Amino acid sequence: MAEASTHPAANPAALRAPEPPARGAADPMRPRRFRIARLRRELADTFTLELEPLDGAGMHFKPGQFNMLYVFGVGEVPISISGDPADPSVLVHTTRAVGTVTNAMNRLKAGQSIGIRGPFGTHWPAEAAHGDDVLIVAGGIGLAPLRPLIHTVLAERDRFGKVLILYGARTPEDILFTRELKAWRGRFDMSVHVTVDRATGAWNGHVGVVTRLIKMGGFDPGNTSAFVCGPEAMMRFCLTALAEKGVREERMFISMERNMKCAVGVCGHCQWGGHFVCRDGPVFRFDKVADIFRVWEL
Amino acid sequence: MSDPATPQSARAVMLDVPGLDALIAALAGAGFTVIGPRLREQAIVLEPIEGRADLPAGWRDVQSPGHYRLEERADGALFGFASPPHAWKRHLHPPEVRLMRARSTGSGFEVTDSAGDHAPPRLALLGVKPCDLAAIAAQDQVFGLTPDAPEASRPDPTYAGRRRAAFIVALDCGHAAATCFCDSMGTGPAVPADGGGADLVMSEIVEGGHRFLVRPASPAGARLLDSLPEGTGRPPEAADRAAAAAVPEATRAAQRRRLDPDHRRIVADNLDHPHWSRVGERCLACANCTMVCPTCFCATVEDSTDLTGDIAERWRRWDSCFTMDFSYIHGGSIRIETASRYRQWMSHKLSSWYEQFGRSGCTGCGRCIAWCPVGIDLTEETARLAGRAPAQNAAKQDSATPTGGE
Repeated sequence: MAEASTHPAANPAALRAPEPPARGAADPMRPRRFRIARLRRELADTFTLELEPLDGAGMHFKPGQFNMLYVFGVGEVPISISGDPADPSVLVHTTRAVGTVTNAMNRLKAGQSIGIRGPFGTHWPAEAAHGDDVLIVAGGIGLAPLRPLIHTVLAERDRFGKVLILYGARTPEDILFTRELKAWRGRFDMSVHVTVDRATGAWNGHVGVVTRLIKMGGFDPGNTSAFVCGPEAMMRFCLTALAEKGVREERMFISMERNMKCAVGVCGHCQWGGHFVCRDGPVFRFDKVADIFRVWEL
Repeated sequence: MSDPATPQSARAVMLDVPGLDALIAALAGAGFTVIGPRLREQAIVLEPIEGRADLPAGWRDVQSPGHYRLEERADGALFGFASPPHAWKRHLHPPEVRLMRARSTGSGFEVTDSAGDHAPPRLALLGVKPCDLAAIAAQDQVFGLTPDAPEASRPDPTYAGRRRAAFIVALDCGHAAATCFCDSMGTGPAVPADGGGADLVMSEIVEGGHRFLVRPASPAGARLLDSLPEGTGRPPEAADRAAAAAVPEATRAAQRRRLDPDHRRIVADNLDHPHWSRVGERCLACANCTMVCPTCFCATVEDSTDLTGDIAERWRRWDSCFTMDFSYIHGGSIRIETASRYRQWMSHKLSSWYEQFGRSGCTGCGRCIAWCPVGIDLTEETARLAGRAPAQNAAKQDSATPTGGE
């Protein structure tokens, strides 16, 4: 790449480049309005919004991309899309109420509208996994950004080898998309394993961290693409477990979470090393970021 | 830059000191608000000016780590100072700007105006030094104005509007402070031969009669010079050109500080170096360096409503990677230690900026060194990361006296 000699003084043409913008170029910070068609409570603190565009134009997106969701006057937050990419007419977001904006969102009702900017960012490259066993590893709310990928993989099921979903939640009460997980588990062409950190009630499934499910195997490590999403610490242990199994770093994909204020690469908040997570992520191929993933507080 | 082969050089003009008023008046007459250096609260700031009487005649700055003072200079130079605390970014990427206004409709809202709806102010930036020209070029990339901008980023309406409407009068630098290191960054002290993106390029010559060589560097610049009243100035002579060319060379000779040219690798290879913790112990996380840095662009976006709750606004305000909130995601901040926040700033500036934009994020203006309350010095920290004793810079700071290049 460039050395000090390619500084603007040596390349002043860059300064003169500004061209008038294409007429009608949308203001990237101006939200589109979507109406809440349905609001579904998933867990005590987690809800799903099904949104319809007021301007009629649907939203095409790829699995793993995200939107900025705006609550009038309160603020804006980045949330992954959790719907089926094959159906652009309805936009689905599954959110945990953890801050000012998401709590305000939690109080909205069907019929009210919110602002949407997006979709932004990179996607889970299902196309890169054709012919591979597919390992989907989720922790907590991390299942939501992976749900569009699961839909995509199942829609073209015969392009892939084995399909495994490994999901870890804190307690049985924190298991997201229970109905769907059960349906997937009932299929003969995929495996679904769920573990909880703490068993409560009548739980008699796996107990322990999700890395244990990775260690159980059931996939061909040399021909496996792994898609991992969850808290950073969980992903860290999962990536190590995957590497120990023999999954290659260039076939591991992770989704990173960082503070975002603009989602278009100008506010600077989401920087992670040289990456703007909003633009170069949130989905990264692990071998491209393995060096910085290991650096403390980067 | 006095290359007679450059077509514009034929139309260059020599202005005497009152001639500068004609230039400022011509800019105002063309509809520009002229922004230039002036004295305020014992510092030089970049604010609207009416004429040359507003310029800081006969002042220079004395700068060193954690130190900025003005002192009088005998030669009456109008631009005889180094980097002031203000950077031009405050006029192109304002400290706060309204991005949007929206109105409640009961069940929802409608956007009543957004940043792109407004005509930008037309600003003429008078006396932009080469290091700051480089900074403007760097921010042009950040805000998506250059052809090499990543596909996903569209030009930012606020910055793009202001930048495209701006008229830039660049200035060959005639004064190096002890904090300056543009020469080692390849950004100065001379304006590049092709004008570096400016519309006019100016040299202030003090010796042998206080005067200015002004040459056009763009069609707009040429038109502006043509619009000067009949009889303003005279054609430059060979001696004028030679004197003008000598100005930045004298500044270059006076410059002693340097940033290791290998800074990108030094920083990238040492993200786990114990020196970050030592800097973290000194750093107050005050964010001064990010505020004065001419390339730092980070901003937050704030949404709020009026008291009735019916009108909402969205504002963008400068932010800093030194605050705890900057890296906050639910559950806590990513960069808790001051050391990791300092590392974020410096590694972005000197290393990851290359990954993002193919160049250094540092122009060698020295502002962050002077305005750090505890005198943290990125040239020195780089030397330490490289395992060198910082003595070379320290010794030179002591001996480096602020010099007028004129």
